[in-house]
Amino acid sequence: MPALSWWTNVAEPGVLPSAPTRAPQEAPPLAEPRRRRNWVPYALLLPGLLWLVVFFVLPMITLGSQSLQEGNVDDGYVFTGNVGIYVEAFKQYWPQMVRSIIYAGSATVLALLLGYPLAYFIAQKAGRWKNVVLVLVVAPFFTSFLIRTLAWRTILSDDWFITQWARKLHITDLLQAVGLTNNDSLLFSQFAVIMGLTYNFLPFMILPLYTSLERLDPRLLEAAGDLYASPWQTFRKVTWPLSLPGVVAGTLLTFIPAAGDFINARLLGNTQTTMLGSVIDAQFLRVLDYPLAAALSFIMLLTIVTMVTIYVRKAGTEELL
Amino acid sequence: MVDTGKGDLSLVALTKSYGSFTAVQPLDLTIEAGSFFALLGPSGCGKTTTLRMIAGLDAPTSGRIRIGETDITDTKAYQRNVNTVFQSYALFPHMTILDNVMFGLKRRGDKDAKRKAQETLELVQLAQVGDKRPTQLSGGMQQRVALARALVNRPDVLLLDEPLGALDLKLRRQMQIELKRIQQEVGLTFIHVTHDQEEAMTMADRIAVMNSGSLEQLGDPATLYEMPRSTFVANFLGQSNLLRAQVLDGPGTDGVVRVRSHGTDLEVSREHLPAGAADVWLGVRPEKLRLGEGGGPNRLRGIVRDVSFTGVATQYIVEMPWGQELTVVQQNDGTARATLGEAVTVSWAAAHGFALDASQDADAGAELVDERG
Amino acid sequence: MGWIRRHLVAFAALAVLVYMLVPNIVVAVFSFNEPKGKFNYNFNEFSTAAWTNPCGTQGICESLGLSLRIGVIASITAAVLGSMIAFALGRYRFRGRSATNLLIFMPMATPEVVMGSSLLTLFLALGVPSGEGAILIAHIMFCVSFVVVAVKARVATLDPKLEEAAADLGANPTQTFLRVTLPLAAPGIAAGALLAFSLSFDDYIITNFNASPSSITFPMFVWGATARGVPVQVYVIGTVMFLLALLFVVTGQVVGKRRNRQVA
Repeated sequence: MPALSWWTNVAEPGVLPSAPTRAPQEAPPLAEPRRRRNWVPYALLLPGLLWLVVFFVLPMITLGSQSLQEGNVDDGYVFTGNVGIYVEAFKQYWPQMVRSIIYAGSATVLALLLGYPLAYFIAQKAGRWKNVVLVLVVAPFFTSFLIRTLAWRTILSDDWFITQWARKLHITDLLQAVGLTNNDSLLFSQFAVIMGLTYNFLPFMILPLYTSLERLDPRLLEAAGDLYASPWQTFRKVTWPLSLPGVVAGTLLTFIPAAGDFINARLLGNTQTTMLGSVIDAQFLRVLDYPLAAALSFIMLLTIVTMVTIYVRKAGTEELL
Repeated sequence: MVDTGKGDLSLVALTKSYGSFTAVQPLDLTIEAGSFFALLGPSGCGKTTTLRMIAGLDAPTSGRIRIGETDITDTKAYQRNVNTVFQSYALFPHMTILDNVMFGLKRRGDKDAKRKAQETLELVQLAQVGDKRPTQLSGGMQQRVALARALVNRPDVLLLDEPLGALDLKLRRQMQIELKRIQQEVGLTFIHVTHDQEEAMTMADRIAVMNSGSLEQLGDPATLYEMPRSTFVANFLGQSNLLRAQVLDGPGTDGVVRVRSHGTDLEVSREHLPAGAADVWLGVRPEKLRLGEGGGPNRLRGIVRDVSFTGVATQYIVEMPWGQELTVVQQNDGTARATLGEAVTVSWAAAHGFALDASQDADAGAELVDERG
Repeated sequence: MGWIRRHLVAFAALAVLVYMLVPNIVVAVFSFNEPKGKFNYNFNEFSTAAWTNPCGTQGICESLGLSLRIGVIASITAAVLGSMIAFALGRYRFRGRSATNLLIFMPMATPEVVMGSSLLTLFLALGVPSGEGAILIAHIMFCVSFVVVAVKARVATLDPKLEEAAADLGANPTQTFLRVTLPLAAPGIAAGALLAFSLSFDDYIITNFNASPSSITFPMFVWGATARGVPVQVYVIGTVMFLLALLFVVTGQVVGKRRNRQVA
């Protein structure tokens, strides 16, 4: 074995500047180092957090402040602390508020029912196909939300087979009895809106569920079976509880944007299906009643925050990130 | 890079504390340049912490580190001429093997980095893998790359942090011999941290046995093994049988001192007895004990409780009248083996025993289960 | 029948997957349509007219260009800001960690209507005009959180021993960062940037609150068109986006697999 050829010289000359050396005498003990480096994390955090404070937190404050002002666009606004605006907002628009929550809630439940099997399949049963299916789940998400929702106008239109089959199988009659359809059309109805919401936010449900289910050790399921649990019992007692963090994250990530959405309602619904979001949009951009609009927006924020806090407390999982 | 030339590595009153927990008690150690040195001890004994302080990855709470005449305590890790072979290899996954090995040289602006890296890869018998990536190599090959990456910089001290822990037995044995040979060939100071006492004894010129942050004993493998100065070392290196005994008055004969253990008079070399001791643990290694009377003047009678055939040798557990079980190991040289339940005599020579102060805990260093890093 | 029962989950999964992909297929199919009237909801006859003339409709390519411009700037800025935060969170100890986590999490949990409208009130109060600048500011704001999550996940997998090894081999902190930390974190940063780009490109609600007549992004164009009649070119662009996204993700997977192939 050849010795390393360049090692025949003694002491290689250093190239980097030499570090401080000390004569060999007693020196005071070192203090804990890295005091100087303490500013680094704060420097890293500052730009991004500052951006969020100025453009996310501050607007919330101006939103609240705007809601308590009075005046109009031409003459300007004065802060009067008019809390009455909130009462008025509730009086006028409580149907839309309730509707938003109901639609979003229904969509979330549906998304959970539909998304769970798919997430379970990808996590536990897909094997080689896992990446392929994941790609298929995520890719539509990267294309225009509006265009895809528009496509539902085609899919649910009266001339297409889905509505026609639904009529033949009397499913439309069933849904009409519950008030979900528009006469006997599936399109421009509550059914279409909820369906659109479910469709659009399914990936938000599936991905956290998948993450949670992926961590599930299949041997736990085998152990349950070994101990006489039927598939349903195994699901109830083992799979479901262990996937709860994913369920919580998924339902939150679905409900919150769904509650604020109005695109589905506008594109796939009718004048009876307006959600709070479209009201806020209209008030801000067309009616220009800023105080009312701001009040409505703030109500939406507070409602959702409250519901989320209660939900998270009950579900028991704090870490969502 | 600090130009220290060649010199002994000395640790002067080196300590490391985390709040109220002291990981390393004041440690004074000198490691000769060009030697293969081992820091041996169970997990949590402070050996890895000491290594990291030498590397500059952790700063000592107090004390100094010197190479030759140069004090390097205040220099940062990237300024020291000390390189580490990490336990998990820590190869950069986004670089090729050759880039990995050249990394240190490139940082120093070495224009000849590629050739040197290639030569070092040849030294560790991996000349062909330069273009591959770490994830494409087996564990043993990654370990050799990690070694090459550190070696190529010709550090004053090369630190090895339990580098063989992840390898299977045969490969580990092979690498132990390889490392020893490479060290002798390149003549660098190697400091090897391990919890495997066999590994330390195989490879090192000198061993420092550490326990709970302090140095138990320092010496070459043979001395540590034959003349342990504490029960910890006696039990941690190999196995020991420890018999409670009292030193008997009287001049003794020919450098031999008489002690009495459980009613039997036994002999031990005077030089193996700690000065001024009255109550001692008389220790004798299992392989020094013989079944039958041929081992020496020290004789005890007992009953065989277990016989284990291990290929090279047979291990017997012999129960003494007072309940203690002695371990006897005999090479399978063809002589007849004892059987279960047989009454036997166990004998050994005076020179084969050692004595330790009885105030120590007889179980220190003994009940250590196999620990993976 | 038993076969179906055993594979129930697989069937359900497949059905859901179909449900998710049908619109994309419809979009692709209808991009080849020549509609009878203004509305492209019923298949009339096959035509590649829209594909050969993608900018045929007034304003569509301008809106596309604006969306791309904003998307690129927003994603890069958000990537920088977000990566810095992710590094701070993943590598350092500092006070106010839980407050930081909360601040990062909140935009992801706030409805877009609220974020868009509240920003509008801020801009109104400050006299900042709506338009491209306001849109850009808004997009960066809501993208940062997503970048942080993506990069933080990646940073968490980085073995700190690698940075120690770099220092051990003579790299000072800057060199360690540039040669070891950054390259290894790059996939996460890239993923975050891509995510930010797609969020920005596709955003309607927040954009709408802060836009002016001269700054029409692609989603705004589509929205406006739903009332007037959506031109087929929109479907063409939708199909192209889907294929591009597929291509990106598949390429990423293939490259990743190639890198990790083990030697025998």
